[in-house]
Amino acid sequence: MASKAPKPDLATLPKKAEARALNFFYGAKQALKNISLPVYDRRVTALIGPSGCGKSTFLRCFNRMHDLYPGNRYEGEIRFFPDDLNLLGADVDPIEVRMRLAMVFQKPNPFPKSIFENVAYGLRVRGVNQRSVLVDKVEEALKGAALWNEVKDRLDEQANNLSGGQQQRLCIARALASEPEMLLFDEPTSALDPIATASIEELIHQLKDKVTILIVTHNMQQAARVSDFTAYMYLGDLIEFGWTDDVFFRPKNKQTEDYITGRFG
Amino acid sequence: MPGAAANFDLAAARATIAAQKKRDLAFAALGLGALSVCFATFVALFVDMVIDGSGRLSSDFFSNFASRRPEQAGILAAWVGTLVVMVVTAAVAVPVGVASGIYLEEYAPRNKLTALIEININNLAGVPSIVYGLLALGMFVHTFGLGASVLTAGLTLGLLILPIVIVSTREAIRAVPGMIREAAYALGATRWQMVRHHVLPYSMPGILTGVIIGLSRAIGETAPIVTIGAVTFIAFLPPAPVTAAAPFVSFEWLMSPFTAMPIQIFNWTSRPETAFQQNASAAALVLVVMTLAMNALAIWLRFRLRRNLKW
Repeated sequence: MASKAPKPDLATLPKKAEARALNFFYGAKQALKNISLPVYDRRVTALIGPSGCGKSTFLRCFNRMHDLYPGNRYEGEIRFFPDDLNLLGADVDPIEVRMRLAMVFQKPNPFPKSIFENVAYGLRVRGVNQRSVLVDKVEEALKGAALWNEVKDRLDEQANNLSGGQQQRLCIARALASEPEMLLFDEPTSALDPIATASIEELIHQLKDKVTILIVTHNMQQAARVSDFTAYMYLGDLIEFGWTDDVFFRPKNKQTEDYITGRFG
Repeated sequence: MPGAAANFDLAAARATIAAQKKRDLAFAALGLGALSVCFATFVALFVDMVIDGSGRLSSDFFSNFASRRPEQAGILAAWVGTLVVMVVTAAVAVPVGVASGIYLEEYAPRNKLTALIEININNLAGVPSIVYGLLALGMFVHTFGLGASVLTAGLTLGLLILPIVIVSTREAIRAVPGMIREAAYALGATRWQMVRHHVLPYSMPGILTGVIIGLSRAIGETAPIVTIGAVTFIAFLPPAPVTAAAPFVSFEWLMSPFTAMPIQIFNWTSRPETAFQQNASAAALVLVVMTLAMNALAIWLRFRLRRNLKW
């Protein structure tokens, strides 16, 4: 639980994004059912729930990853602030959306290129090729991902030679380099050992001052440790959403309580 | 045995394991036998060729044109012809094949038309090469008026190996993991940026291997180039591609008549004199070495380029 200070009134908290009556279909199969959920600015929101509950599907709506595969369909909208853009709008280019919201995946997936080129890639796709700019941005991003001290002397080495935890921090640096407004984490520590997991969680704590974070996690302790808000999902429905300590210690819904206390799931 | 379950029959289990291990051994022996037959056949052919032909291998053999006197006959026109035809073949098959493979894997919608095209490409790989020769005779030689030229041969063999290049390109592309693609897309890459920066470089070892396998098939093809009317006796080389006068490059060599290694070999084999048979063996040896060298190049390239590819 992020803070012990009195909780601000939700109505006054600025939102970074908000899902409104969001439905999502894989072909004929409905994976998300009428989800409405705010994502507060520069806060960490955790999505929890058993496998198949739709939490990753929901996350991947935000950067339009579903557009990459045929047969997927969205209904409803995700408003993105401050410009009140509907991320799912038919007239909104998914590439533009992906430039504003960066994603970190379940398994570290560095490109088989150098550490430098991995971090610089987001800038390269935007047409930034000036060496001095890239060098500065790469350093800044690696520092932001708490990886700079470990790799500063070997930026030209292959990224695959890093350890799993370092690779995941590299992927976070890669996501940070182009200064996204929101970071989407899809179970970022599920392939990592406890020590590497702790370092990623520490990093999430540091990042939330600068960027809004939405994180899917299988690990309830992790949700409790890193998030300000928690949403519990089950079979495509949003069951409960609120401040993380409320959801964990004073769940309003019996289903949430059963899942959190381990009686179910 | 202390601690063993009462209903576990150890003797029976051991008998089953022993019986299964015998089957394992039997298959290993069978496999080794099959491999030995293949390998022994190749070694026998190769040794026979070396015995018959190695006496003829000399620098004159490579620098002389064909001749009525077997001891003066050489393979100059043939190896130069094969080389220039291979250059044209690669120039045709690589861009067309790689572009087709990328389109089918990354761009084409998954519908019936695409499925039909895919089936046809796989079938094309099995069409007898003489059919390509007949197609080329009708289309390139007569309709387009290209004659029995280096260009015609290159286009024909290019078509012939196109399915090989397309299929190996697609397989190489499919080996690039989806999570690498998603990583690139998630950073805002367009499809072409993703292909150009990731898919193409990471699948290059596989694509090159396919290209070289295709070329090493084309290098030995005889039927299609006989069909288009390649000459069997030729005493000049195609004009040089570089000239002394401006514009310094010439493409006349593309329209030049030519002969090729397999045609030269076939021609010598059909002569009654044993001396010509020896020439044929020597030329065949050269052709086999050319093919092996290409395969060695493929293996080396694959090894070099794959060193940094891990996911």
